[in-house]
Amino acid sequence: MIRLAGGRILDPASGRDEIGDVLIDDGRLVERLAPNGEAVIDVSGFVVAPGFVDLHCHLREPGFEDAETIATGTRAAAAGGFTTVCALADTRPSTDTGSDVEALLTQALRDAVVRVLPLGTTTKQRAGQELSEMADMAAAGAVAFSDDGRAIRSASLMRHALEYSLLVERPISSHAQDADLAEGGVMHEGPLATVLGLKGIPREAEEIAVARDLALARLTGGRLHLAHLSTAGAVDQVRRAKAAGVRVTAEVAPHHLVLSEVAITDRPYDTNARTDPPLRSIDDARALLEGVRDGTIDCIASDHSPRRWVDKACEFDQALPGISGLETTFGLLMRLVHSRTLSLAELIGALTHRPADAWNLPYGTLAPGAPADVVVLDPDQAWVVDPERFLSKGKNTPLGGQALRGTVLLTVAQGRIAYRNGL
Amino acid sequence: MTLEVLSRPSLAQARQLQPARRQRRHVLDLDDFSVAEIEAVLETAGAMQDVLQRPIKKVPTLRGKTLITVFYEASTRTRVGFEVAAKALGADTVSVAASTSSVTKGESLIDTIRTLQALGADFVVMRHHQAGAPYVVAEEVGPVTSVINAGDGWHAHPSQALLDLFTIRERLGRISGLRVAIIGDVLHSRVARSNLWGLTLMGANVVLCGPPPFLPAAGFCDGLPWNLERTYRLDEALDGADVIMLLRMQLERQTGGMFPSLREYVRTYGLTEERLARAKPGAVVMHPGPMNEGVEIDPRVARGPQSAIEDQVRNGVAVRMAMLYLLSGLPA
Repeated sequence: MIRLAGGRILDPASGRDEIGDVLIDDGRLVERLAPNGEAVIDVSGFVVAPGFVDLHCHLREPGFEDAETIATGTRAAAAGGFTTVCALADTRPSTDTGSDVEALLTQALRDAVVRVLPLGTTTKQRAGQELSEMADMAAAGAVAFSDDGRAIRSASLMRHALEYSLLVERPISSHAQDADLAEGGVMHEGPLATVLGLKGIPREAEEIAVARDLALARLTGGRLHLAHLSTAGAVDQVRRAKAAGVRVTAEVAPHHLVLSEVAITDRPYDTNARTDPPLRSIDDARALLEGVRDGTIDCIASDHSPRRWVDKACEFDQALPGISGLETTFGLLMRLVHSRTLSLAELIGALTHRPADAWNLPYGTLAPGAPADVVVLDPDQAWVVDPERFLSKGKNTPLGGQALRGTVLLTVAQGRIAYRNGL
Repeated sequence: MTLEVLSRPSLAQARQLQPARRQRRHVLDLDDFSVAEIEAVLETAGAMQDVLQRPIKKVPTLRGKTLITVFYEASTRTRVGFEVAAKALGADTVSVAASTSSVTKGESLIDTIRTLQALGADFVVMRHHQAGAPYVVAEEVGPVTSVINAGDGWHAHPSQALLDLFTIRERLGRISGLRVAIIGDVLHSRVARSNLWGLTLMGANVVLCGPPPFLPAAGFCDGLPWNLERTYRLDEALDGADVIMLLRMQLERQTGGMFPSLREYVRTYGLTEERLARAKPGAVVMHPGPMNEGVEIDPRVARGPQSAIEDQVRNGVAVRMAMLYLLSGLPA
């Protein structure tokens, strides 16, 4: 039994914003505790919120344990305030079958400190040739399906995947990028790419793929989820599609909201700022933010992509894309709150009940009876990002040495303390 | 809304914010050069030309220094140009071709460079097929090694741009106010990019000309710190041009779907004597090499009186000597 005493309880799911105690018993949130016997943690002066829910996280295990494992990735998640992470299927072997899903869940039981929810692939081995066994995987516990890291080139295969989503009642998460237009590209196509002599990926690569996927979702009535949107044009399309009743949800990554392509030049050709889709312009970031505010974009997802040192300490074209983001997500996004672009409640909503609602997951709330997934935050504490101190194996971040304001003090996942820092 | 985090200085502003260096360590591009620095290179190159005209074309200035060339891509002019320049200044040179080195065994760029440094390189002259590679190297090398970019992907080729500036000034007596037409595959050209920095800095105006897929899109030239116009029509580019720089057209772009055929390209963009007449009388014709004679340039133009193509190669030695001399910190 734990009593988190005297904090500011901020639960956007219920609109609660008040000073009070949060009570935990046997892994659940409760309204009262049996007298005495509980551990009391004084959290007065801090914010108590539901644990964050991440719809997009690469844990790299099995197959790429040099980059991350379930043990290290979930510890990084806890340090970042996340209590639920949805693990992408681009492992080796990829998560292709019901037994792959079961194996992942079994290993998570042993190694994970927060809840791990597997995604399965949409097509076998993400090869874009045949559909994966989605019904089997759903029965085993897969929450969604994605070939993330690769776009599905064939429109007819994507159509059938969306049709299958009707059977399995899980979304198809799409890495919406036209593979031909993006071929060989390593950054946003625009004046900066012209100067740097790097091959660009035009916004249109995303806009064309989003248009196709939205059209197919309309055709099939299937459940489409758009991963890591990066362009203003995509936000507009999703806004119109939602108004027209298309069953679509969308996420955005923290770096696309707060950073721009200029991050590549902070250090010349900084491979840590290479992402897929690429960091884009300030105007795109503004449009994405507007999408978060008006609900066009359902939620913020970390797109945590840990990489080995050797995969970043190389030529820009050669570097693998991605940012190790779990441990900087909250601090980075707090820049939006400190600059008064987003309220703290809006931000926490976009990290908790909104992702949970998007995929129909029973998390992201402090309602009594819910699983005890709780995070205690200090929105004002300043810190300097030191990748060497990450719990993630991935030290790849363009934020190294930068000051952020906003820290995670305590993370309780399913009633157990998964991370504690200074409380 | 205020997004202070997003409003970082633009590239041009960032350059102005850089503190002026007293002694340059690397030459990675011309984007961080000042006018005074370029002037110093051009003047010193003039002095080096005198050295090269002596009966014994050698001075002991860099005796005891080692220059290593590392080329991940084929080159004749640039690699030999640097080696001849280094030898004329008394330095020892070692040349590494990536195809015969440990690179073929999978050695990473950083390991390769650290190895070369441990072997005692004072100068590393590198050509690489990927943009930005010399910056990775410059971050890695210790305090005594200078890195010179001898061409990285589509990005930069600073020694070529410097020797082009030198050649233009030699022929026409000035750079400022000239109209320079750069013709051909601009998009993939590091020569074009470095010349855009150098020519802009020295006050020339640049006209980029080529088939539309080979020019940066109009919208992608907005706000660039370069003095440039673009046109798809050769006659417009040649009209009033003082200098015509031709770029090599690569046949593999045809199979990549970027243009229909070399035959059509020659008819549309090939520089013939007849077309050259549209430029200013005495306009200078340049080509960084290697040329496709009969494609971007008619052989009669390449060998004609207005061609400075061989001068470019010759001047490349003096200019590279000047670069090495100035990098070694000796007085201008």
